[in-house]
This record gives sequence, C-alpha cells and structure tokens, in this order.
Amino acid sequence: MSCWETIADYGLRSIGIGERLLPRTDFTICQQFTLIGSGMIWNIYFGVLALAMGFCLATGIAVGKAARNPLIRKPCEWFVFLFRGSPLFIQFFLAYEALVLLPREGFEIFGITAETRWLTRAWAGALIVLFLNTSAYTAEIFYGALRSVPKGDLEAADAYGMTGWARFKRVTWPTMLRLAWPAYTNEAIFLFHATTLVFFSGFPAWQQRGDALYYANYFADKTFNPFVPYPIVAFYFIILTLGVIGLFALVNRRLNRHMPQEAKRIRYRPQMIR
Amino acid sequence: MAIFSFCTDPATLETARWFVCYLTNGKHLIAYTSFGTVLLLLAITAPTALAFGFGGAIAARSRIAPLRWFGKGYTSIVRGVPDIVFFLFFVIALDQAFEWTRHQFFCPDWPDAIRQGNDFVVCQRAKLPLSNAPQWVHEVYGFLLAVLTFAIVFGAFAANVLFGAMRAVPRAQIETAEAYGMSERQAFWRVLIPQMWVFALPGLSNLWMILVKATPLLFLLGVEDIVYWARELGGTKGALFDYPHPDWRLWYFLGLLVFYLTLTRFSEIVLGRLSQRLSHGQATLAGEAQRKAAV
Repeated sequence: MSCWETIADYGLRSIGIGERLLPRTDFTICQQFTLIGSGMIWNIYFGVLALAMGFCLATGIAVGKAARNPLIRKPCEWFVFLFRGSPLFIQFFLAYEALVLLPREGFEIFGITAETRWLTRAWAGALIVLFLNTSAYTAEIFYGALRSVPKGDLEAADAYGMTGWARFKRVTWPTMLRLAWPAYTNEAIFLFHATTLVFFSGFPAWQQRGDALYYANYFADKTFNPFVPYPIVAFYFIILTLGVIGLFALVNRRLNRHMPQEAKRIRYRPQMIR
Repeated sequence: MAIFSFCTDPATLETARWFVCYLTNGKHLIAYTSFGTVLLLLAITAPTALAFGFGGAIAARSRIAPLRWFGKGYTSIVRGVPDIVFFLFFVIALDQAFEWTRHQFFCPDWPDAIRQGNDFVVCQRAKLPLSNAPQWVHEVYGFLLAVLTFAIVFGAFAANVLFGAMRAVPRAQIETAEAYGMSERQAFWRVLIPQMWVFALPGLSNLWMILVKATPLLFLLGVEDIVYWARELGGTKGALFDYPHPDWRLWYFLGLLVFYLTLTRFSEIVLGRLSQRLSHGQATLAGEAQRKAAV
C-alpha cells in the first residue's frame, strides 16, 4: 500500500471519512503521520472555536470584573476564580459526569423536546468546557490590561468629550487589546495545547475518532515504542504554534500601527500565564 | 476494619451514620492518603524542577556551543509542544531507557535484539522493578518516574523563566562588579544570581500555579492518585457491596474541585498582594484607583 493510498484512507479518519478500521499490525511511518495529522483536525476545531467564542465572553467578563457594582463584579470574579483555580483536567471530568446525568430523553420545554445526548459528546461537551476555561483565563488577561490602560489616554478621551460606550469602543478597548495581546498570544498557544486533554479526560472518542494525541497514544500502546508517534505530535504542534504566533503577530502589528516603530514587533518573551 | 463500632452492619444504619461509616471505610482511608501523594509530588517536584531549570538556564547562557544548543533546545521545546505529550512520552521513554541501560550493563552478551517488532524485551535481571519485587516497589517506581517526568517538563518551564530573569538584570550591575575586579564567575554568583530572583518571582509563582493544576495528570501516568480514587469510589456500587450507591462520581469530582480551589486560592491571594504593591503609584487605572481611595 503506497503512502498516497494511506492518506486517502486515513487522512480524514478522525472525522469519520475513509477507512473504518485503524491499522493493527505493521505500522508504517506514513500511517502514523497521516492518522496523527488527521487527528489535528480536532485540535484545531476545539482551539479555534473556543478562542473565538471565548474572546467575546472574556471581554464582557473583564469589563464586569472591573465594574464598581458588586452585583456585576462578584459573579465575574467567581467565574474567573472557578475556572482558573481548578485544573482543566478536573473540569473535563466534572463536566462529563454532570452532562451524563442529564435526562436521557431530553427536557420538555413548551411542548418541544430539547435533546441533551449530544452534550455528552466531545465535540460539544468538551468545547463548552474549553470555551469557559479560556474565557476565564482571557478575562483575567484582559482585566489586567484594562487596569493598565494609561491614565492619560482616558483623560484625553474625556477632553474630547467622549463618554460611555464611545470612549470604551474607541479608546479603552483598543488600548486594552494592544496591551493584552502578547499575553493573549500565550493563552492561545496554551489553549491549543490544552485541546490534547479532551480525549484523556472522560469524554470517549466515539468510533475511535480522536485528536492527534489520541492516535499517537494508540500507536505508542500498540508498538510499545514512544519514540516515533510522540515526536510526530510534537512536530505537528510546533507547526501549529508557529502558525498561531504568526497570525497573532499580524494582529499585533495592526493593533500597534499608531505606535512608534519599535513597539510594532512583538517581543516574544515566553511567559507562562496559565 | 471499620473505625467506628456501630459500622458493623451498614444496611441497618440511618443516613448520617451511614455516611460516617461510608466515608471512613477501608477504601476511603486509602483514598485519603492519595491527597498526600499529590502534596508529596508537589514537594519533591518543585525544588527538583527549579534545579533542572537552573541548570537549563545556565546551559542556555553557556559559551560552549553544544551546551548552549542543548539549553536553548530544552527551554524552547516545551513552548511549542503540549506538556501532556511529554508526560505520556517520558513515562515510557524513561522506563525503556533505564531498562536498556541496565540490560547493557547486566547482560552484555544477550543474543537477541531488544526491540523485536512491537515488543521491548530485556533480560530478567534488567527488568525495572524486578518481576519478583513486592507491590510497593512497583508503586514507588511508578511514582518516581512520574516525579522525574514532571521535573523534566517543569524544569524546562522554569529554565525559560530563569533565563529571562537573568537577562533582565541590568547590564550595569555586572559591569560594576567587573570594575570592582570580580572574576566572571564571582560576578555571576554574587551579583547576577541574587538580583535575578526579583525578576523571576512573577514567572515562578505562575509556574507554581501551573504545577498545582498539572498534578491530576498523575492519573494518566498510571499513579493511583486522587482522580483514580474519585473514579474508583464514585462509580456505581451494586447490592454486592457493603455500601451500595448509584453513580456518585460527580460528587467526588466536586470534592476534588474544592480541594484544588483551596490549594490555588492561597497562591492567588499572595499574587494579588504583590500586584497591588507593584501598581502603587503607577499612572494607570489601578494606580489611579489606589490614589483616589487614599485621598
């Protein structure tokens, strides 16, 4: 079997297209590369969607956390504390056990039955956990940046007669994003890394449709040789990380386009935010 | 077996006593010790990882090129690759590396290849732990492998932080030390290292938080930790058991959640105090809020 045939068979295996049975004996490098690469689809799916949705929620929570009204501030603080203070691994387990307990036949709301089965599937349940988790981390980053917005910027906005929403939209928010961006890049990278936990934490891989690490673990278990599959995962993730850094650097340049030249280049200081 | 005398016949107990007996039965008492396992892991890993990180940071600054490449590679590899990949990798890789080394040492004239297809075969004497070793040796060996894995991965994180902190020390400080006639080594140990910690503190405290939150991964490394016991004890127990109950895993995991929240809460308070100190007097929203509160 040539490598092209393997790619045709297993290239989209992780989403259920192609050969049903995973290879069982005589594993080739090509098979490992193809299957693990096909698993990356899930990592990217979880990462991109959780980031996109988390960005919106995080902005709201960061603003809520900075609010003076304790009725708004306290829930936001608790949300951030809950998701940042506990391991993602435990959150996955907890969410899965909670979602499994939902009634099997769904809820009756206004005569319409709301299905709940799909929530126990990884594509939905794990995505929700990742979404809430990254929202909390991002909110903390945004909140920190919000508190670091230069006083002069806000005074200048006041001097121009900007108030409320206009001031937030045109001064506070862009500055907050600009200040938060290096840390947010970090968070994005960590989120993509965190997606590898999904299939090791309660959520079953339905019909052996798993992510990159799921397949790598499959090969390592079968061949008892960790030196091939795990470096392949590492290879894919380094490429993914470089891609994320490149993409975020582009946004960073746009956010800093009014700044002096040296601020435009992202100084890539590795800081562990998580 | 039971701690309390009234626990002899669980089926007849009323609710409160049933729970007292249930939560103090033999399996639960073993499970409680696994909290100690987690704390022990933290206590051993934190200093070990710091030492690994220190070594890595020094290697990355070295003037000897291969050593520098090694250090740089070590510090940067964990940036791009998920730590859980390393966890899964190192646990098998280290085990095989140890057994391979012992095999070369104990059985130099072994005729067969070690890696035969999908098997990894070493001679009996090279097995780790030896196949006739008691159960606790196996458990300790597994735990030590996990500690070493954690130390390697978090050492790389720490090396990253320390490397950055060493570079953050103002160059003028070293130049002053040199002007006083200190050798390079003296300037490094007497000036650079003591001043580095201030810059490293935020990164290291963050790292501590990550380490705390990574401890449930022990479960993936095959150690019987709190996640293992939560799944074990929480699962449905039928009528055959002394204390039958439905699926309670949700509650057990809630307990773990509370455990971790309290564990991280303390660090968060300390960090919050620190950040408060740092924004004092700054021309930012936080500094402004402090100034207004003081007036």
